[in-house]
Amino acid sequence: MWEYSDTVKEHFFNPRNAGAVKDANATGEVGSISCGDALRLTLKVDPQSETILEAGFQTFGCGSAIASSSALTEMVKGMTLEQALTISNQDIADYLDGLPAEKMHCSVMGREALAAAIADFRGEEWHDDHEEGALICKCFGIDAAMIEQTVRANDLRSIEEVTNYTKAGGGCATCHEGIENVLTRIWGAAPAPAPVLSTAEVVPCGGLTNLQRIRRIEQVLESLRPMLQRDHGDVELVDVDGNVIYVNLVGACTGCMMAGATLGGIQQQLIEALGEFVRVVPASEMKRVAAGGR
Amino acid sequence: MADIYLDNNATTRVDEAVVAAMLPFFTEQYGNPSSMHGFGDKVGRALRQARVQVQTLLGAAHDSEIVFTSCGTESNSTAILSALQAYPERREIITTTVEHPAVLTLCQHLEQSEGYTVHYLKVDKQGRLDLDAYRAALSPRVAVVSVMWANNETGTLFPVREMAELARSAGVLFHTDAVQAAGKIPLDLKSTAIDMLSLSGHKLHAAKGVGVLYLRRGVRYRPLLRGGHQERGRRAGTENTAGIVGLGVAAELVQQHMEYANTVVCRLRDRLEQGIIAQVPNCFVTGDPHNRLPNTANIAFEYIEGEAILLLLNKAGIAASSGSACTSGSLEPSHVMRAMDIPYTAAHGTVRFSFSRYNTADEVARVVEAVPPIVAQLRKLSPYWDGNSNGPVRDPQQAFAPSYA
Ligand SMILES: Cc1ncc(COP(=O)(O)O)c(C=O)c1O
Repeated sequence: MWEYSDTVKEHFFNPRNAGAVKDANATGEVGSISCGDALRLTLKVDPQSETILEAGFQTFGCGSAIASSSALTEMVKGMTLEQALTISNQDIADYLDGLPAEKMHCSVMGREALAAAIADFRGEEWHDDHEEGALICKCFGIDAAMIEQTVRANDLRSIEEVTNYTKAGGGCATCHEGIENVLTRIWGAAPAPAPVLSTAEVVPCGGLTNLQRIRRIEQVLESLRPMLQRDHGDVELVDVDGNVIYVNLVGACTGCMMAGATLGGIQQQLIEALGEFVRVVPASEMKRVAAGGR
Repeated sequence: MADIYLDNNATTRVDEAVVAAMLPFFTEQYGNPSSMHGFGDKVGRALRQARVQVQTLLGAAHDSEIVFTSCGTESNSTAILSALQAYPERREIITTTVEHPAVLTLCQHLEQSEGYTVHYLKVDKQGRLDLDAYRAALSPRVAVVSVMWANNETGTLFPVREMAELARSAGVLFHTDAVQAAGKIPLDLKSTAIDMLSLSGHKLHAAKGVGVLYLRRGVRYRPLLRGGHQERGRRAGTENTAGIVGLGVAAELVQQHMEYANTVVCRLRDRLEQGIIAQVPNCFVTGDPHNRLPNTANIAFEYIEGEAILLLLNKAGIAASSGSACTSGSLEPSHVMRAMDIPYTAAHGTVRFSFSRYNTADEVARVVEAVPPIVAQLRKLSPYWDGNSNGPVRDPQQAFAPSYA
């Protein structure tokens, strides 16, 4: 059985804002019945102040999908659209005191529905690059089609490269065999194994000095940059405070549906490189985190 | 009120008498049955008795046809891999699309990594096999046929007796995964042409971690585990003595309850099913209702998702299971539901209630009362359900137009 936090259970058993908002002027629909989860988010937005007055959800899905939808509606009420757009899927998960890794896609769905609803309000067209296909990386919700496309487009040969480009495999690593299979299907021979940190890279037991640590962080971000820049985005290091690393996601990445997953992927890379647990947080949240509230 | 356990196809409660029989084999009769002293000798006798008890349950001709293993999965793997090794020139396997992963994943692996050709027999909307397709696939190129006796999700029974005869006429080994059938319906192997059969202790009120491979005398065999001479060299490794002794007792008990399971328990299942169907709109029984295990009911609730149903059932103190994608962490609903072509609108919302001899009429009444409001509660949240008409929205695929599908 899944280990759901008490907050997830609370929002599942007693969902807030269930049902469609009457006189809604923004609707976002994502998912489908074949995927096993679908969410319709309806918002009533004050056209002058662009403040979200009311939010309602209708969800077909599992416990965490319903809880994520409920949490999302609570979070966005009273926010301006600008503020709402800064909500990442990680924020939704945090609001629920965490989701099991396999269920993170539920929070991504919430984030997507929100973006779709806001686009609807603004008369824009929203679409993401979600592709149908067998899900390979459950941590980041990446399917075979997406991996295959990226592998071909970029001539990727190793699991590490696939992780860098798509985030797939950057979480719990249990899907490495699946990624290998995709690579083998495309290129024939067995791919290079996932790299084990060479001894030179292994973090010394005594830990790193502050300077070494920041350099290591910059190295990791530097290595991820090409992939972000391909999507017309970028990342820069803003500050390091204990185990919290503040970054600026710039360009296309900020509004991008996958911003949350991107941060998650970066975080995973940093955790591996530093050999310690760190949290990657958008610099825009510096005050909030510093104030200790959510 | 005590919680209600209706997930007996997943695993069962170990019978008190089974536990009592097992206990001495931990602290008193702890000898190794292979040893040449009194400690070992007594244990050896106990194993012989258990072997006969299992032989009786299966209706096998000889007790030496019973090989104890660690679980149903091991028995399945051993049977299939043995056949492939025994007939190395044969490069084909016949199985079905609705097998348990214990068979399916192995076959897929053999296909992808070892270059075997696997014929996956399809099922119809009721989960029934097409025997003509089976006949067409049988040939001297086939090393083994592996078809489950009963499906774990729907309880649908397959005509394995007839299929084994056909295999024998074609000169092909026949294995059946009877993990769900054993103990629930009479098997009587000696009157069949079945060559190999798998059974798992924890599905019939014995402990987890003990299984059986039935090997018809004379069937060509290659062990999976080589080592000591245990199980006449057919399965090396010191025996799980307590587990095996318990399985023997469980086999005897389950046989004593066979009629009860096929009358009283079967009627409880029917009452639960009818009670739910009568009250809940847009739900239906999956599988073949006229030819299935007496203990299994699988109901598809349209427009809602199985995990959410299970969580609410669990809150109401009712344990069941679901073929929903979310319970397994994948995005695809159960391969069994997909194989039966159950529409996605229902496949995600299937719930399996599986009974044992411990269930009561009282429990059935409580479940029949609990289910309708749970379904209604979730449908109220569903974008595919229209609260005003208390039915699905008109043309659900159209009414809900997501930005991606
Ligand atoms: C049909 C079938 N085969 C095999 C198995 C696996 O048995 P075990 O858990 O003993 O390995 C199961 C159990 O879920 C089953 O239902």
